[in-house]
Amino acid sequence: MLMQILKDVAVVSGISTLLAVVLIIAQKYLSDYGICKINLNKKRDVSVEGGSSLLNSLAEEQIFLPSACGGRGSCGTCKCKVNSGGGPLLPTEKPFLSKTELADNVRLACQVKVKSDMEINVPESIFNIRRFQAKVHEIIDYTYDIKGITLKLVSPDTIDFQAGQFVQIESQAYAKIKQKVVRAYSISSKPQDNDRIQLIIRLVPEGICTTWIHKYLEEGSDVTFTGPYGDFYIRDTEADIIFVAGGSGKAPMKSMLEDLQVKGTTRKMTYFFGARTAKDLYLTDEMRSFEQVFSDFKYEPVLSKPAPEDKWKGKTGFVMPYFQDAIRDPKNTEAYLCGSPGMINAVKKSLIAMGVPDDKIYYDSFG
Amino acid sequence: MEISSFVLFWAAIFTSNILLTNFLGMCSYLSVSKEIESSFGLGVAVAFVLTITSGLNWIVYHLILVPLGLVYLQFIVFIIVIAAFVQLLELLVERYTPALYYTLGIFLPLITVNCAIFGVSLFMVIRDYSFVQSMAFGAGSGIGWLLAILMLAGIRAKLKERLVPIGLQGAGISLIITGIMALAFIGFSGIVNVQ
Repeated sequence: MLMQILKDVAVVSGISTLLAVVLIIAQKYLSDYGICKINLNKKRDVSVEGGSSLLNSLAEEQIFLPSACGGRGSCGTCKCKVNSGGGPLLPTEKPFLSKTELADNVRLACQVKVKSDMEINVPESIFNIRRFQAKVHEIIDYTYDIKGITLKLVSPDTIDFQAGQFVQIESQAYAKIKQKVVRAYSISSKPQDNDRIQLIIRLVPEGICTTWIHKYLEEGSDVTFTGPYGDFYIRDTEADIIFVAGGSGKAPMKSMLEDLQVKGTTRKMTYFFGARTAKDLYLTDEMRSFEQVFSDFKYEPVLSKPAPEDKWKGKTGFVMPYFQDAIRDPKNTEAYLCGSPGMINAVKKSLIAMGVPDDKIYYDSFG
Repeated sequence: MEISSFVLFWAAIFTSNILLTNFLGMCSYLSVSKEIESSFGLGVAVAFVLTITSGLNWIVYHLILVPLGLVYLQFIVFIIVIAAFVQLLELLVERYTPALYYTLGIFLPLITVNCAIFGVSLFMVIRDYSFVQSMAFGAGSGIGWLLAILMLAGIRAKLKERLVPIGLQGAGISLIITGIMALAFIGFSGIVNVQ
């Protein structure tokens, strides 16, 4: 009986091992693409081991393209221009690329494999992106489901970013969750405090990363992130500004306003903050205090469904109907929006209807 | 079993089509039959893998499992062989024919879990086929599967412009179509019977 069991195990393991060995040998010879040279923006060459995805190969060279899904081809943010050596377009990339992008050789870096020398174009700003080790310095409860997390940088110990940009946090395994995920959050502190960043994070029910941040991070915990990413920052003009944020979308606005406070500005600015009830409001006094700082700034919280106990006397409903009073000259107005895709679409539509130019509406949308 | 390999090949395509008489390999059949182009790609990949794995599994079964008296391990061993072969094939195709890889490559992992492949290996054992018969039966079954998925994809392409009751859209109507196709294929069954 025992012999029989041993024999079974031996045969199955033997066959498996044999096949595994064949596969390993095949992999070694077949997937060896040697060292491939990737030319970036016709300026810089990096040499990488061929065979893995362009996204990962670049990350190994400390060049970080933004990627919210961690390379699974589901977010479409790791776009870059592949001029040569990318091979044909894959069915997995098609849904994420517009017609102009297709014509422009734009690809998803997580799907393109490095198999030969390549020539690619990436935005200059990504060379500034680094991977940071940091420690949690402070956690503030803003509302029942929104926390402000301050991270003190360990290495590198300073960060150079523009107010409004975001970073990507890498969550660690916790409790029953084994997988590590990467999620993007806007920086809410000002760029002048370059040894730390603050993030404002709302707890998403069942969210892997936000649950980790809300329930498992404490002061002193280690956090790894990459950044800064994004082109959501205040354009240096004299146009009037209208800010619209919802929920944790207050983060980039806080950074922008604090940055403007340091730099000084006389631009006319109105900030609409949309929330459901009074218990979703936070940092109200801080935002109001900017009305004293700037010559022409107004903070307008708007509650969509104020609870009876809120005794809310301010503005209610959607934010859009209140824009009319805030916009003097639509052609000379810039809009900065941050919130859910639904809110951004609605706000964008109403701004365009009022005559604000499409290319002056900047936004940072999160799902 | 005394049946010529040639007959077996044709029989596997028409009279005992692996999909339309045994209803094996349904998952990828239903999910990849939306477009003719991709269903053709998957079908060709299935046919190729079926032919080779039925030969490989015949060798493993008759030269390893039978002599050692371990026939009852056939399920687990067949699956391992199929999985390893598909993996190897993916590596080879990716390296030497990149163009083919981009059209077929994404389907290969799907094939590992295609029950038609496993089913053919089991039939070959139950029906006691010889090596050549097994290969013929594998190739025939693969082509039969390709034929079935191509037909469904063709019908579904026509169906796109037609109104289908909401409750039947997608898998529902596909299964009804498959049933009718299976009925039609019964018409072939008088020619030769290998079941």
